[in-house]
Amino acid sequence: MPILISQAPMSQAAIALNRFGLGARPDEPLPDDPRGWLESQFAHFEARPAAFAATPSRRDVAQQLADYYEATRARRARPAAAVAPAPPTPDGLPAMAAANLAGSPDETRKFIQGEARAAYLSLVEARVASALTTPAPFAERLVHFWANHFAISIDKLPVIGLGGLLEVEAIRPHLTGRFADMLLAVEQHPAMLLYLDQAQSIGPNSPTGTFLANRPNARRRPGLNENLAREILELHTLGVHGGYSQADVTEFARALTGWTVAGISQAPAARRIGLDGPAGDFAFAEPLHEPGTRSIVGRRYGQPGEGQARAVLADLAAHPATATHLATKLARHFAGDDPPRALVDRLSAAYLRSQGDLPTMYRVLIASPETWNPAPLRFKSPWDWSISAARAVGSRQIPGRMAAGLLTQLGQEVWKPGSPAGWDDLDATWAGPDALVRRVEAADRIAARAGTGLDARQLDPRALADRVLPGSISPATQAAVARAESPAQGLALLLASPEFLRR
Amino acid sequence: MPADPLLPVLDRRRLLAGGAMALLAGACPQLAFARAATDRRFVFVIQRGAADGLATLAPTGDPAFAALRGAFADLDGGTPLGDFFTLHPALKQTAQLYAGGEALFVHATASPYRERSHFDGQNVLETGGRAAYALRDGWLNRLLGLLPPAQGKAIALSATVPMVLRGPREVSSYAPSGLPDASADLMARVGAMYAADSRLHALWTEAMATRDMAGDAAGRGGAQRGAQVGALVARMLAEDGARIAVVETQGWDTHAGQKGRLASTLGGVDAQLAALKAGLGPAWADTLVLVATEFGRTAAPNGTGGTDHGTGAVAWLAGGAVQGGRVVADWPGLRPADLFEGRDLRPTTGLDAVVTGALAAHFGLDPAHVARTLFPDGPPKPLEGLLRA
Repeated sequence: MPILISQAPMSQAAIALNRFGLGARPDEPLPDDPRGWLESQFAHFEARPAAFAATPSRRDVAQQLADYYEATRARRARPAAAVAPAPPTPDGLPAMAAANLAGSPDETRKFIQGEARAAYLSLVEARVASALTTPAPFAERLVHFWANHFAISIDKLPVIGLGGLLEVEAIRPHLTGRFADMLLAVEQHPAMLLYLDQAQSIGPNSPTGTFLANRPNARRRPGLNENLAREILELHTLGVHGGYSQADVTEFARALTGWTVAGISQAPAARRIGLDGPAGDFAFAEPLHEPGTRSIVGRRYGQPGEGQARAVLADLAAHPATATHLATKLARHFAGDDPPRALVDRLSAAYLRSQGDLPTMYRVLIASPETWNPAPLRFKSPWDWSISAARAVGSRQIPGRMAAGLLTQLGQEVWKPGSPAGWDDLDATWAGPDALVRRVEAADRIAARAGTGLDARQLDPRALADRVLPGSISPATQAAVARAESPAQGLALLLASPEFLRR
Repeated sequence: MPADPLLPVLDRRRLLAGGAMALLAGACPQLAFARAATDRRFVFVIQRGAADGLATLAPTGDPAFAALRGAFADLDGGTPLGDFFTLHPALKQTAQLYAGGEALFVHATASPYRERSHFDGQNVLETGGRAAYALRDGWLNRLLGLLPPAQGKAIALSATVPMVLRGPREVSSYAPSGLPDASADLMARVGAMYAADSRLHALWTEAMATRDMAGDAAGRGGAQRGAQVGALVARMLAEDGARIAVVETQGWDTHAGQKGRLASTLGGVDAQLAALKAGLGPAWADTLVLVATEFGRTAAPNGTGGTDHGTGAVAWLAGGAVQGGRVVADWPGLRPADLFEGRDLRPTTGLDAVVTGALAAHFGLDPAHVARTLFPDGPPKPLEGLLRA
């Protein structure tokens, strides 16, 4: 069915601000040179902006997690403890409990709702504040893009607090660098290692694996865990049709054994295999590593130790299938659900030509005619919409619990896509009837709350409309806003308008 | 840098820390200050969107009225106030207040604003300026400076502080947690805005149909909500509470389908006044309520069963303090030549004169001083005799 869209064509400035950026702020000047403004942002992007100054450190969050596991372990060790049966952890590595409150012991509930939640909310607040105040909103949008590409989901207990740190520590520092470096930083980050169960994967023929297998009364075979290996191939690099087999997954999983996290388990066994470093640091535990040469996607890897999986990652990053996979996702994010083939090819070629230099890809996005189509190309996700609405009313900070609550209501709980595939970044995911009503209700609330402390004229929705969507407001929306019965209602209508819902 | 527009109201701790007055959420607000030295209470009910004065209080005694409004006028079951005016049928409890001498109306009144923008009109209504954006704070905040501290505790029943209360003096605001669903009026406007956008229109239509089935939209009459608001305001103004409150009401911009919508919104205010009286108990005797809007609506209906932006309107005064049972009006007439710019009820009484006269009398202040403070760009001549001596 042809989609009839009532809104006016977007101006170049509106495209730069909204499709590339995170929405206009009334207190910032309009870009005179939209392409130049976007180009200039890579130099202004801050990997660790002030917004993150008060967030908890990885050490602190990981130590809280370690203390929680230690308390759980100690309780299980008490003979008389009458508690729900928990799976044994003979290998001394932490059990990765799902963050499901139903039926969990009080201490689990307390941890999830207490320390872990506090760390999460602090990071949500910082993420939002950074998005509201950044001098480089296009670059900031790309942070959100890569965070979704390398998605974790906080429905798993160990990543409630650590999940947001993956974005801060592994994605932001490499945003304007090479994809291969971002990939390595992500796969070695404790949040990813714990989320995809790599931390507890044991090579069957490794010293620890052999030892555990030979124990009398061994209740289970020590485990090779394929989760991370599979998702790296399927989601992070080659893509689902990227030309790898189940044998490649298993071989890659063997290569990854030994990649784990220090200081999370305080069991004696963990100490014995060298995991007693600072909590939350990446650790390579040689005693867990599967010895031998591996064959993965047509190449042989004879490197010893940690370097084996590193070498695999480097080759995966350089693979043409990875280039196509990343190019398709980036193109979709800016140019629509079914991105033009020419744009995908151009991005992919730029990636391969530059050895995976990310700014080279970003410049292709800026230079391509497909991303400057004056018709709106995307329906905003709840995150996009909420951030752009808060920016439009001049907000610079929103308490973490408020922001988290709003995004949950709108259907996109921060860092909780529910699977390592992340949010699927398709319009149909967000443009649903109930979702639309919720968005209008949220617009009503945001508009009712905006205004205190700002000059009434700054928030006059008639003026604001042209400020946030310069030259891009249809007569119908203009009329609806101007005829509103109050400034607050006019603002709500602006935030709910077809133009504001899309980018 | 201006304060963050979202943060202050979202973070209620700031209000607590502010200390002047802060309401804790929930059913039993506890107020953090000593008992007021005086028991005079003032409630300002703002009708946002331009309420139709000619429908609220119909001048049925004017021979031109029937010609203008004819069958469009909603008079069945209305209450005659004297032989000239008829009160809207939805205002049954207000009619009882009037009969008991506790309500009066000022007809053909308006602020100094003479154009027809809601935003600008509300800005003049609330700042007390002669023109939109000429003053930066609200007249009710300036009034606080004239009152003894214990009397000057004010609260807005909304998420943010409305313009009329903004200014250097500290005030509070409170909205019940779980804010109400977006108003039916907003939903209707959104639906109209999406009409030409096939995708959004389809989504919206489906969503509204689902909601209707779920009964979300139904069963939330204006009266039911008005009674809740009135009871809440009464609690806010309880013994240890605030002395001044501002309530915002919506849904007055009746360009279409006016009859049904106005019956609902007027019924809301009617229920609100009754609940306020019941909730305040003996304190009602020392209470003054002002209901006012930014401007009125066209004298004649338009082609869509509604009225458009106009000029002269009705202001209501209610409460035990009021010398009620009267309609105060220098009636301008409704013949074509009488109408302002040939279309609107001509304002003959300044709303600022009503505000000045009523508040000066209510709080025992010098009327001229009140006029200069509240309306510094053009102090009105106070309208006297509105309250009981």
